[in-house]
Amino acid sequence: MANEQQTSQGVQTTGHVWDGDLQEFNNPLPVWWTYGFYATIVFALVYWFYYPSWPVGSGFLKGMGSETYVNAQGEEESWHWNTRAKLLRETQEAAAQQKPWFDKIASLPYEQVTKDAELSSFVQSAGRALFSDNCAGCHQTGGAGKIGHYPNLADDNWIYGGSFDKIHETIAQGRHGYMPPYAEALDAAQVDALAHYVLSLGGEQADAAKAAQGKDLFHSHAAACYYCHGNDAKGRMDIGSANLTDKVWLWADVPGAADTAGKVAAVRKVIAGGLDSGVMPAWEGRLSEEQIRVLTLYVHELGGGK
Amino acid sequence: MFKFKHESLETNTGLLLVGTMLAISIGGLVEIAPLFLIDDTMEKVDGVRPYTPLEQRGRDIYIREGCYTCHSQMIRPFRDEQLRYGHYSLAAESKYDHPFQWGSKRTGPDLARVGGKYSNEWHVQHLIQPKSVVPESVMPNYPWLIETPLDYSDVGARMRALRTVGVPYSTTQAEYDQNVKEFGAEVAVQLHIPDAQRNLVKQAQEGNFDGDRSSISEMDALVAYLQVLGTMVDFSKVAPEDLVKFR
Ligand code: HEC
Ligand code: HEC
Ligand code: HEC
Repeated sequence: MANEQQTSQGVQTTGHVWDGDLQEFNNPLPVWWTYGFYATIVFALVYWFYYPSWPVGSGFLKGMGSETYVNAQGEEESWHWNTRAKLLRETQEAAAQQKPWFDKIASLPYEQVTKDAELSSFVQSAGRALFSDNCAGCHQTGGAGKIGHYPNLADDNWIYGGSFDKIHETIAQGRHGYMPPYAEALDAAQVDALAHYVLSLGGEQADAAKAAQGKDLFHSHAAACYYCHGNDAKGRMDIGSANLTDKVWLWADVPGAADTAGKVAAVRKVIAGGLDSGVMPAWEGRLSEEQIRVLTLYVHELGGGK
Repeated sequence: MFKFKHESLETNTGLLLVGTMLAISIGGLVEIAPLFLIDDTMEKVDGVRPYTPLEQRGRDIYIREGCYTCHSQMIRPFRDEQLRYGHYSLAAESKYDHPFQWGSKRTGPDLARVGGKYSNEWHVQHLIQPKSVVPESVMPNYPWLIETPLDYSDVGARMRALRTVGVPYSTTQAEYDQNVKEFGAEVAVQLHIPDAQRNLVKQAQEGNFDGDRSSISEMDALVAYLQVLGTMVDFSKVAPEDLVKFR
């Protein structure tokens, strides 16, 4: 390696020469860049002192930053800065800000909350966000529901009851409707007769003779439909058995069927196969009591309440 | 005295290789090694257990199908994430995950706490055709999961493999007894490798995850796995300020 500096095309070289003639130009970095680099080093030093940084033995430098929050005993407590402490403080601050709202929603009877315009609009915006994060996957946007799977919450028809308390119970504890399959207990003609009867109840076209036979079966000991759906077939809200006398269908896709044969087939499918998949998850534990109350109000408003 | 010359590095490949490796391992050493030395990284919470044989097979399918390319399983301690997904993830919650599924790509939502959020029926429908329940979804259809019988002939071997990296699946009576002490009898039964196949069949039939009790499909396993995600720790029993101290 030659040590004397050589110039080629007017640029300084580093003085390194390989293979006799390979040289390295020496183009120093611009000054602003160099100072920028030194600035990042200074930044790192400040960062190391303020935030948790270097590991030392079985611990680490905690940094000078700290976060203050309230612990379970209600006392203020400080801990070195970290994302969890920061989140806890922020959560508590946000809760304190929303406290006037949530306190009212938690303490006032539902009816009064709906009468207060300010509270109502708070419920609407908080409820909409909660609903789309947690409920819309099943009940669809706006609570429109999905026939065959998830009930419509935007109508004034309730399976388990549309009072505030019933809606709250549904959301907090979940629901699971059950109807036994009849494919084995009854023969095909009986299921067919029952289907015609159920359709006639809902004001659909049905074969009168079959419907009459179905009516007897409905109230008979063998099928015992009346036991769950009631003598009037209007359903029982405590077990969520459907009202069969209205035009609202959830499980049997009657509205989607093109003709009477299709409608009969849809109802037969439900009677023969039974129902066990209608599971509404329980939200207690996953959502706070305040959030469940907000959702109760929101869903009640969606359906016009009852 | 030895005088370091850059030229000796540049002209000696062996030395250059060692030097390069030293330089690039600094990042790893600084970021990973301390975690093994620092005492307070693993939160002391109750309830975290290894996956049952069925859940573990579901997890294998989750990895096989590449669900992690669109879904993370790591709720970060930020307010917006906490509001949408629930409590932030703890280190302790993935202590039996090999490899963990934290991920970094979120085309779809985080799944760390999806367990219990939906019904089994919803998951089945959603996996067969996501658009049928979420019209605007861009998640692909996975219709073969419900049609493909689950191959569980090698589930014991898979559990033994996990055992070698520290998951406490048991093979002997003594290990089983230890698990009873640690996790309770109900869980310990599920962790016993010699009974793995029987346990898997039992859980699939009792849980009826895919809505068909007559056979065990890959759907059964995947839904069983999804339904347990993030449900092991009961956060109503944990004071938030205690978790702060593990950082
Ligand atoms: C996994 C799908 C699923 C999710 C998610 C879900 N629901 Fe439901 N929900 C159902 C099903 C299914 C039913 C009907 C249960 C039955 O009839 O047995 C139901 C019923 C209800 C009812 C009773 C309707 C009536 O007519 O009585 C209300 C109210 C309700 N859900 C509200 C909610 C709210 C609020 C959320 C979000 C926090 C939610 N649901 C999330 C599936 C779901
Ligand atoms: C053990 C109680 C029980 C018995 C017995 C029973 N049902 Fe039901 N049925 C239900 C419940 C509960 C639902 C609603 C399920 C849900 O929402 O998850 C239902 C739903 C239905 C539906 C669907 C309505 C819709 O909206 O689509 C029809 C049709 C029906 N039942 C007909 C019958 C007939 C006919 C019989 C007698 C053969 C019968 N049920 C016996 C509990 C019962
Ligand atoms: C191309 C990206 C992509 C892939 C691959 C993918 N998903 Fe998704 N996933 C999404 C998107 C986008 C959503 C949100 C819309 C929806 O619910 O369908 C979603 C939603 C979900 C949800 C509902 C989460 C919630 O809280 O609402 C679950 C569960 C889920 N995916 C599971 C899976 C599983 C299991 C796999 C692998 C078999 C998978 N996903 C593969 C994109 C993807």
